[in-house]
This record gives sequence, C-alpha cells and structure tokens, in this order.
Amino acid sequence: MTLDYLDYKAATEKYEPTLGLEVHVELNTKSKMFCSCATEFGAEPNTQTCPVCLGLPGALPVVNAKAIESSILIGLALNCSIAPYSRFARKNYFYPDMPKNFQTSQYDEPICVDGYLDVEVETDDGAKVFRVDIERVHMEEDTGKSLHVGGSTGRIHGAEYSLLDYNRAGIPLVEIVTRIVPGTGKYAPQVARAYVTELRDILRSLGVSDVKMEQGSLRCDANLSLAPIGSGELGTRSETKNVNSLRSVERAVSGEIERQANRLQAGERIVQETRHFLEESGQTRPGRSKEEAEDYRYFPEPDLVPITPDANWIEELRKRIPEKPSIRRKRLQTEWDCPDKEMTSLVNAELLDVVEETIELGAEPTRARTWWLGEISRLANEKEVLPTSLITTEFVAEIIALIVAGELTDKLARQVVEGVVNGEGSPKEVIEKRGLKVVSDDTALMLAIESAISAQPDTAERVRGGNIPAAGALIGAVMKATGGQADAAKVRELLLRHLGQGE
Amino acid sequence: MTAISREDVAHLAKLARVEMTPVELDHMATELDHILSAVKRVQEVATQDIQPTSHPLAMTNIFRDDVVKPSLTNSEALSGAPAKIDGRFKVPQILGEE
Repeated sequence: MTLDYLDYKAATEKYEPTLGLEVHVELNTKSKMFCSCATEFGAEPNTQTCPVCLGLPGALPVVNAKAIESSILIGLALNCSIAPYSRFARKNYFYPDMPKNFQTSQYDEPICVDGYLDVEVETDDGAKVFRVDIERVHMEEDTGKSLHVGGSTGRIHGAEYSLLDYNRAGIPLVEIVTRIVPGTGKYAPQVARAYVTELRDILRSLGVSDVKMEQGSLRCDANLSLAPIGSGELGTRSETKNVNSLRSVERAVSGEIERQANRLQAGERIVQETRHFLEESGQTRPGRSKEEAEDYRYFPEPDLVPITPDANWIEELRKRIPEKPSIRRKRLQTEWDCPDKEMTSLVNAELLDVVEETIELGAEPTRARTWWLGEISRLANEKEVLPTSLITTEFVAEIIALIVAGELTDKLARQVVEGVVNGEGSPKEVIEKRGLKVVSDDTALMLAIESAISAQPDTAERVRGGNIPAAGALIGAVMKATGGQADAAKVRELLLRHLGQGE
Repeated sequence: MTAISREDVAHLAKLARVEMTPVELDHMATELDHILSAVKRVQEVATQDIQPTSHPLAMTNIFRDDVVKPSLTNSEALSGAPAKIDGRFKVPQILGEE
C-alpha cells in the first residue's frame, strides 16, 4: 500500500500537536555561578578557570548573589511564585564538557514555579492570545566547550579525540520550562516563535542576559508530540535541540510536525529521543536515545546551603520589573503615531530605547526616529558598530532642536552628526569648528542673490517675466555661493520678492 | 529478600564508570543491601514534620558578591592534565553521544 505524503496542512488537519519549550539563558553576571572566574566571551582557552569550575578535589562552591537576584527577576517577570525555600542538586553524568562529572542544578526544589506568559499570534481569525504556562525556572551552570578533532565532518562521530575549553563551564544558566501548551493546532510553530521572542525581549528588558541566540546565550529546545485530533491522547514526544534563531524555532516545530505525522500515517511509532535541528534543510536528525541516557541520580548538593529569599527582597525586586516589552511597543507606537513597518525596523535594530530617550529629551518623534534609523544607522553600518555607540541621545536631541529652530538645515545637520561621530566634540563645537551655521542674515543673502542675478541676467529676466521655475538656477547659485549653508526656502522667498514675483 | 540486585549494582557501576568483577558485584550487592536496610530503619522514624537534611549546618543564603577574582593561568589549569593541545585539555574519543 502506498501512502500519500502529508504536507503541513494535511498533517495538522489530521493530528493535534502538543508543544513544550525549554529555554536556557546564560546570565550576564561578571563572575561565574559558583566561583569568581570571569565570564567574558572569547577569552583564550582555559584562562578563566579555577579549582571550583575545573572540579578539582576539595574545591568549594559559593553562590553568586547576582545570579540569584537575576533568577528571581526572571521568575517575577514570568508571573511565577518565588520559592521560599529552594536547593541545588547534583545531576550526575560523565561527559568531558562537565569537569566535575556532575552539573550543579536544581531538581525538585526550583527557585521559581507556576508562572505564565501570554503571547499574541496572527491567526486566520485575526490576532489571538495564547497563554503559555511556565512550570519552573531553575538555576544551573553551563558546560565547557568541546572541539572535535579528526574525521571528516568536525562532528563527534568519527572524531579521533576532543579538545576542551572550560572557560564557559560554571557560567550561570537559567532554564525556563513550560508546561505543555495545548490547543495551538496548526499555529504551534508560530506560538513557539512568539513565546521565544517575547521571552527574549523580557530577558533583555530585565538586563539579565545578552540573549544572543547566535552566540548561544539563549538556546531553545522544542518538545513536540502528535495525537489524532479529538482522541484526547498524548503522543510520544521528541525533543529538538540546536535551535539557534527565532526563525529556526518556527521551522523546527513545523518540520517535526510534518515528520511525525508521516511516521504515524505509515503506522510507525514515534521514538522518544533527542533530535538535532539542521539549519540548512530545516529538518531534524536523531541524536542520542533518551531511554538510556536519563539516569542522573539527582541528590541535594551537600556543598551549598538552601536559598530562602527574604519576602522584602522579593518585593524590592518586583518593583524593578519593567513594563512588558510587547505592551511597551504598542504604547510607544501609539504615542509616536509610528507606522507598523518603521516600528518593526526600530525593534529589529534595537533602537527603541534611544529613540524613546531622544524624544524624552524634547525631540519631535518623527525626527528622532528618522535620524536614528537613517543617518546614524547608515554611519554605524559603514563603521560596523552599533548606532548607539556612535552618538549620545543628548546630542541627537540637541541637533534636532537646532533643525527645528532653523539654525541647521538637514544637510548641515548631517555634517554635524558626522563631526560628532568622528570625535570632533559636541554639536556646538562641531558647528563652531566647521562653521556650519545656516546663513539667514538677510543682508548676506541679498549680496549673494544680487551677484547671482548679475551673473545670470537672462535667467533673472525670465523670472521677472513670470517664469518662476527658472528661479531654480539662481537659487542654486546662491546656495553654492553660501556653501550650502543658506536656508533654501528663505533664499527663494527673498529672490522672488527681489524680482517682483513675491506675494 | 534483597532490596538491591546484582543487576542494580552492575548498572550503578556502569553509571559511575567503576569496573567490577563478578565476585565484587556479588559482594557489593550484599554490602549495599545492609546499608539500605539501615537507611530503611531510619526512614521508619522520619515523619512528615522532620525536614530532610542535606547538610548538618542550619544555615541558608550563603552568597558572594558578583566580583571577578584572578583565575588560574592556562598552564596552572592544565598542569594536572594527562594530555593537552593548544591550551586545551585533550580527551579520548567520545562515543555514542552527540
């Protein structure tokens, strides 16, 4: 019997997906979770290690207070309860990236439990909110980095040996685990993406992590199972790892729905396993089988005492939770009367904060957006740096104020920005040094106008005769003579009046 | 009846990467059985209102400030390594997992 291949649409018409997500986030503390080694990215191999994070005998861990604070902040932002009593546990396994032969993690007493995050997804019936329940937020530590040498692929299979760098071992990691998300139907991939996006934005707004998926400071594992629609059953799940971008989260979930549906369709069973997402094809391939791997023999960590956060401390931290990023975006968009497309550009370029600051400093919203997205972003792109590293919001607001006051034209303002970016000083200093004032002094302008007229008497005659567009050539000459520093509208007004064409 | 079988011991030995002979497995199964029955007696005493003890000190919230202190140098870190290349620990082929 031959079976037709089920495409995504057919798969979701027949099967109901059940989704679960685990997100690992590296905290941006200066020192590691249990020792004082630096956490800086990109250091020479094995230069940020000590007896604690190398797992040398006799070394004793001490918890980083900042990591606890960040974990509580994350829990609060995700509407969790903060456990009055929580402990670390040892998760035992042998793997060279874990020098202690156990990972210090949390097991049955995580620091935060029972939260939720609402995410919005576009559906056929318009925008719909899906509630993603958070089961737990727990603390653990990252592993070292391995480099597999030999073989043809650079992968672990066929490698002759591996090289280990433990700089990353012991960097604080927070794992955020959802409950299964029911009722997403065919929108499971979009819900997964929206959840990770919203979570990333929240973590960024809390300032607890760099949340760079491409650098691995935010990693997502997607659990997925299928059951025939209406069966009320829960299928066997697979866990897809190695999902390193928001787009990949969506692709990994839809790819896995299609794969599982076709297996079930063919009467095969789904194996509970870890699968790896392949960025190029959008497919997954099997990794290690779970059945044997999960025997971690957790037990309470004897070297660390329990954590019992004080209620006052939690309330202090609660005050620091900022407005939810998606709500803030909607509010700012309305306040600024900003088109959708421009808002998306601002969010993607991570310019919301600076634009908001520039506006708070008195700049008009449209100009603030245009300057950050336009000229400043262009210069940043040229120099391959972040726009926010080039110029302060104070200076941008000051330059915009000068434009509004008519003291700078857009063209001159671009030169001022360039000067500030090149380190020539404040906008005032750049204007001073480069002599960039708009020439609005009528006498100076009239002199320039008169010399333009005497240089082009025929043109001037045509304007006198009513040919207004001919004035363009004269205005151009005046602008040239003033080095572009005159206000073109002002020149036009004076010129036309002088030639008897003014209103 | 024994609480722990020879197979259980073999499994634990494998997880702990300890090589054991058949004689040692038998011996250890008996020994662990004694230990577990002792623990079982303690469990009979432990009731709901007794907090499980993971360490003997009644202390909580021992934290340190998030301050960086000097690490070992690369050569200090690698000084006990049986094999190393380019400032990294060299480990034998890792099989079976990814």
